[in-house]
Amino acid sequence: MGQLMLGLVNGSFYAVLSLGLAVIFGMLNIINFAHGALYMMGAFLAWMGLEYLGIGYWQALVLAPLTVGVFGIVIERTMLQWLYKLDHLYGLLLTFGLALVIEGLFTNGYGVSGQPYSIPAELSGGFNLGFMFLPHYRGWVILASLAVCFGTWFGIEKTRLGAYLRAATENPKLTQAFGINVPLMVMLTYGFGAALAGFAGVLAAPVIQVSPLMGSHLIITVFAVVVIGGMGSILGSILTGLGLGVIEGITNLLYPAASATVVFVIMAIVLLVRPAGLFGKEQ
Amino acid sequence: MSAAEYLRITGLHAFYGESHILHGMDLVVNRGECVSLLGRNGAGRTTTLRAILGLTGSRTGSIMVNGRETIAMATHRIARLGVGYCPEERGIYASLSCEENLLMPPQLGSGGMSLEEIYAMFPNLFERRHSQGTRLSGGEQQMLAMARILRSGARLLLLDEISEGLAPVIVQTLGEIILQLKEKGFTIVLVEQNFRFAAPLADRMYIVEHGQIAQEIAQGEIHAKKELLQEYLGV
Repeated sequence: MGQLMLGLVNGSFYAVLSLGLAVIFGMLNIINFAHGALYMMGAFLAWMGLEYLGIGYWQALVLAPLTVGVFGIVIERTMLQWLYKLDHLYGLLLTFGLALVIEGLFTNGYGVSGQPYSIPAELSGGFNLGFMFLPHYRGWVILASLAVCFGTWFGIEKTRLGAYLRAATENPKLTQAFGINVPLMVMLTYGFGAALAGFAGVLAAPVIQVSPLMGSHLIITVFAVVVIGGMGSILGSILTGLGLGVIEGITNLLYPAASATVVFVIMAIVLLVRPAGLFGKEQ
Repeated sequence: MSAAEYLRITGLHAFYGESHILHGMDLVVNRGECVSLLGRNGAGRTTTLRAILGLTGSRTGSIMVNGRETIAMATHRIARLGVGYCPEERGIYASLSCEENLLMPPQLGSGGMSLEEIYAMFPNLFERRHSQGTRLSGGEQQMLAMARILRSGARLLLLDEISEGLAPVIVQTLGEIILQLKEKGFTIVLVEQNFRFAAPLADRMYIVEHGQIAQEIAQGEIHAKKELLQEYLGV
């Protein structure tokens, strides 16, 4: 039961991160390899805020994603916007390079050993559910992630702004010809995706050690999640993220040695059967 | 520029990458007029419409829309001057339902038709409003592509090959709709391959060849210039 819960917590991070990747890929056609670094920035900003400015967890939960989002917008305006007409590969290379630079800078400043970040007082302790002990903070991570995922899904699938976003994803030129400022939407989308990564980072800070390499440890699994769910599929990335977290947890219980590879085995099988991913549309 | 002019294109050159498509296009469309651009495939008619909205590669010359120079404007700003575009491939969004497609273009100005008026004009769209946009039949998709730009308050309608590939009875309905739109005071640029469809609707016609205007023909001159039309269009 505990492993299952841990799997759900990991799955929540996968879901929020792969959701951001899916939104960015859908709109910008960019495979955002910097996503892990943005996630790490979110966690580090929370830690730095507490360490240097005395900013607590709850403020950091809002401020750090905002800062990461603004950072994302700066990246989009100064670099990414010149790559949209080129092959996916260029965006991937640029964002991969950015990830290395960001991680390198943080490693230089703080070393690779993790910084501790404690659970906020309101969420320490836990419930005794009878059959298991549920730490409050883990419950909160799952709830907060689900709320953010659902909010994003609702915003994209059910609102007017979301209809613009879907239209601009499908046919950007025509959508602009209807009078919608598509370049602005693209910029904000990248900012939003980056903010999601930052949000996941803050959520993760009290659970794992805040380290410059925390992003690169996670990002490969998250990419596998995106591939399994289907590139660009919103619902797919959320459900796959949660599901794979749970599967990882169960594997850890049954055969711990395979827990690190099970996601990639599933990815290989899914790609063989459905090359576009579980929720992706065949082109 | 006279008050009656709604669109004036002067010396327009447009490119797609390296290819030079429009070679000094000049044309004028007056307020409330329906003007047809006729010509062979590849003559540059579709490119003219796309160039008006800045959807081609680079373009030079002058395009005045309602008294504003638009040659250096971003596409969405040109659209907001009240330009509605119905592309040749119709551009129905697969990820949006019929009604979402209809409601997608944002309000550009006042004076657009209401949803009720549009459904009265296109009853089929009301019946199919919850269907996915691309599940509609070809005729319904064409209706949707046109209806979509009537709600937004656009006053200049750029319609590209709307009769193409449709059954005669639907083409006839489209003709009646164009006449209703003229009555409502829309200014219309009709790019057409189908001379018989365009001839009774257009107040004036331009014949496009090699990316330029080759001839201008007023509604009254069609009979007199029949031979000329035959030569250019093979009709």
